[in-house]
Amino acid sequence: MTDSAQSVLIAGQKEKVRRGLDRRLRSERRFRAYGIVAIVLAILMLLFLVGTIVSNGYSAFTQTWIKVDVLLDEELIAPDGETDPETLREDGDFRGALIETLVADYKPEGRAQEDLLVAMFSTEAEWTLQRHVIANPDLIGRKITIWVKSSSDIDQLTKGAVRRDSPESGRKLKDLQLRWYDRMTAENRIETRFNSGFFSSGDSREPEQAGIWGAIVGSFLTMLVTLVLAFPVGLAAAVYLEEFAPKNRLTDLIEVNVNNLAAVPSIVFGLLGLAVFLNFFELPRSAPLVGGMVLALMTLPTIIISGRASLLAVPPSVREAALGLGASRMQVVSHHVLPLAMPGILTGTIIGMARALGETAPLLMIGMVAFIVDIPGGPTDASTVMPVQIYLWADSPERGFVEKTSGAVMVLLVFLIVMNASAVYLRKKFERRW
Amino acid sequence: MNYGAILATLLVLTVIGFYLGRGRARAAAGAPTRLHSLPGYYGAHVAIWMALPAFALFLFWISFQSAIVEGMVWNGLPDRVAVLGEAKPKNALPAAQKQLLINNIRNYASGDIVSGEITDLVKQGAAAYRRLEVLSSWIMAAAMALLAAIGLLVTYRSISPAMRARNRVERVLLLLLMVASTIAILTTVGIVLSLLFEALAFFTKVSPVDFLFGLEWSPQTAIRADQVGASGAFGAIPVFTGTLLITVIAMIVAVPVGLFAAIYLSEYASRRVRATVKPVLEVLAGIPTVVYGFFAALTVAPLIRDAGAAIGLTVASESALAAGLIMGIMIIPFVSSLSDDIIIAVPQALRDGSYGLGATRSETVRQVVLPAALPGIVGAVLLGVSRAIGETMIVVMAAGLSARLTVNPFDAVTTVTVQIVTNLTGDPEFDSPKTLSAFALGLVLLLVTLCLNVIALRVVQKYREKYD
Repeated sequence: MTDSAQSVLIAGQKEKVRRGLDRRLRSERRFRAYGIVAIVLAILMLLFLVGTIVSNGYSAFTQTWIKVDVLLDEELIAPDGETDPETLREDGDFRGALIETLVADYKPEGRAQEDLLVAMFSTEAEWTLQRHVIANPDLIGRKITIWVKSSSDIDQLTKGAVRRDSPESGRKLKDLQLRWYDRMTAENRIETRFNSGFFSSGDSREPEQAGIWGAIVGSFLTMLVTLVLAFPVGLAAAVYLEEFAPKNRLTDLIEVNVNNLAAVPSIVFGLLGLAVFLNFFELPRSAPLVGGMVLALMTLPTIIISGRASLLAVPPSVREAALGLGASRMQVVSHHVLPLAMPGILTGTIIGMARALGETAPLLMIGMVAFIVDIPGGPTDASTVMPVQIYLWADSPERGFVEKTSGAVMVLLVFLIVMNASAVYLRKKFERRW
Repeated sequence: MNYGAILATLLVLTVIGFYLGRGRARAAAGAPTRLHSLPGYYGAHVAIWMALPAFALFLFWISFQSAIVEGMVWNGLPDRVAVLGEAKPKNALPAAQKQLLINNIRNYASGDIVSGEITDLVKQGAAAYRRLEVLSSWIMAAAMALLAAIGLLVTYRSISPAMRARNRVERVLLLLLMVASTIAILTTVGIVLSLLFEALAFFTKVSPVDFLFGLEWSPQTAIRADQVGASGAFGAIPVFTGTLLITVIAMIVAVPVGLFAAIYLSEYASRRVRATVKPVLEVLAGIPTVVYGFFAALTVAPLIRDAGAAIGLTVASESALAAGLIMGIMIIPFVSSLSDDIIIAVPQALRDGSYGLGATRSETVRQVVLPAALPGIVGAVLLGVSRAIGETMIVVMAAGLSARLTVNPFDAVTTVTVQIVTNLTGDPEFDSPKTLSAFALGLVLLLVTLCLNVIALRVVQKYREKYD
């Protein structure tokens, strides 16, 4: 073979390799791009979800109020002339007084138009008036100016969620009501305020009166029961399995059980709660006590697994030093190992509790889906919890509830973010590398 | 009598017992060196024997109190009771009517709403109920006080410098730790028994073969004979295929996205990108499923329906596609974080060898790292599948109720979890096959997810050991 022939061959190979390399580098870039696309996709979905919820829900925190002038007609409010709170509450026709003044002001023609006018106000308006008059009985007989809640439809109109140009038959607010509304706006009778009722009242069929305080209290009671049951038991189980348990079949069985329970669908725990706690032990339905028990069983594996990991991370030298100084094994654990492992265990517990706080399915099984207006006073009162409240409201067809649902989701997410952030903080602050 | 007050009293007594025991130990010692254990252990010994037996009695008592009180109230009622206006012999009442009567008595006694008319019978029963309940709690309190007193007396008298208080206390503590760790087993047993018990009741009404292989699911049983569309058919195949369809859609979304995200994060990303992206993905995992469900039903499903309509497809407003898509997004972080752990566990030496032979990064990943990590990734995907099958809220809110035998992702389908929820919410009656079918479905769900989990955990564990 001559030199020139060889160099031609080498050049050909070089060319081949170069072309191959181009191809390979292109595929390398492509592969890398797939990874970036996957991550961007996931993050975009998250932003889309949060964006949708926030843009739907921020308006739940405000509420439209209407200023009305009411003539406190003695004939209607205090027919017997008595003005003590009890009589006023029993006999006073505040709704009548309200309607009378409204009719005088806006002059609806006929019964149907009068109903349309009244429908612009929340049914709560008469109670607002009643409270005001009972607090100031000397106002009776005079004409007063008072702010009352608007109905949910008017509230949605103020927030821009109602299209005025759609055909009248297709919307709940009629043209007449829009005209009245425009007159009120012109007279400065419409005002948007912070919706404090959303954070202080229970559920309601009327969107403008519905609040999440009942659900927050229910969630708190449920979480309290869960924590009281799951934390000590989970801690004790983790300590036993990691520090004391002999390696035998029973402990193997327990381990397998714990790992499997962590992956059992949550709804199965609900079935357990229904069959055992409600049907067998006849505990009350819809109660935070039972909900907390079910969620405790669900959270237990998480606490045990994270607790064992934290205990395992404590180096054996700590135990050996304590044993060498004459401590008993129980003293070694309680005086030395547990304090060192505690931040990790607490982090695991908080994460488990955050999961339990967002859990819905098992609570549906034990009847926490009831419509409950009252704020629960104790763990055996019927109540609901935040995620279930979201589920219930999401089922309601009214436009006003879409906003309430999103608002409730925002509140729930804030709670979860606070819990998870505190877990991260705890881990960062007390993390020790041995 | 208030249970909280009883327990608080017990707690106070126990604390007093602790100080009494410690004081006596100190007094008995003369000099501290003569005691076997620290004085606090003598106090703890007294406290344990005061509190534990009394507390155990308390738990036992309240578990069985209501059943016993109900029995006594029932026996105290007159022999002929008026039900629905006619007097019947008490012992010949059907079980449902008897239960209703007892429930009414109990509800009236506790001030809850009573269904139906409040008869004199209910009032009489409720009075007896309340009397017996008060009596029972007084007896319980007295018995608890007696147990605590015996515990105090025996342990207090036994205190002497030679007594090995620490060993005794520690033995009890160890026992308590052991009991706590068996709760996991009890939970599993409870789940299996409760599902099995109710599912067997269901299978006496519907044959298991019809249930597992039947092609029609319509759990509404007819109340009247001539009712239309209420055949009460319990063939679960359409429910299973619906579950499968949604799961497949979810995995089609979750596996590629999750896997590529994991590969990028573990092989390409800089430390800083990793430190920011990982927590963001974990946020996706932390969002409650009810929020995903709301998002799917409110935003995604109409979006898909409109998009379908724009290109001339008929898409159901509760399409399997919307539910599956959102479920896939929920599972992405699950797949990505598990795969990430597994890919990182592949030893660096394998990668270095591949680079040394001139392979590019992507070639190394595809031909060396992924094959080595494959079993673990399969395990991660299986865990994801089991998650998807057991997921409830997304499908309850975004998938339909109609059990249709179809694989068209634009149709509405139903799933196992949806059927469990719809058949059990409201006021379940535990003798109708509709209610019981939920437990049979639950049993199937448990078995399937358990199998998937066991296989997946095995695979993942085996793989981890290989490179450790």
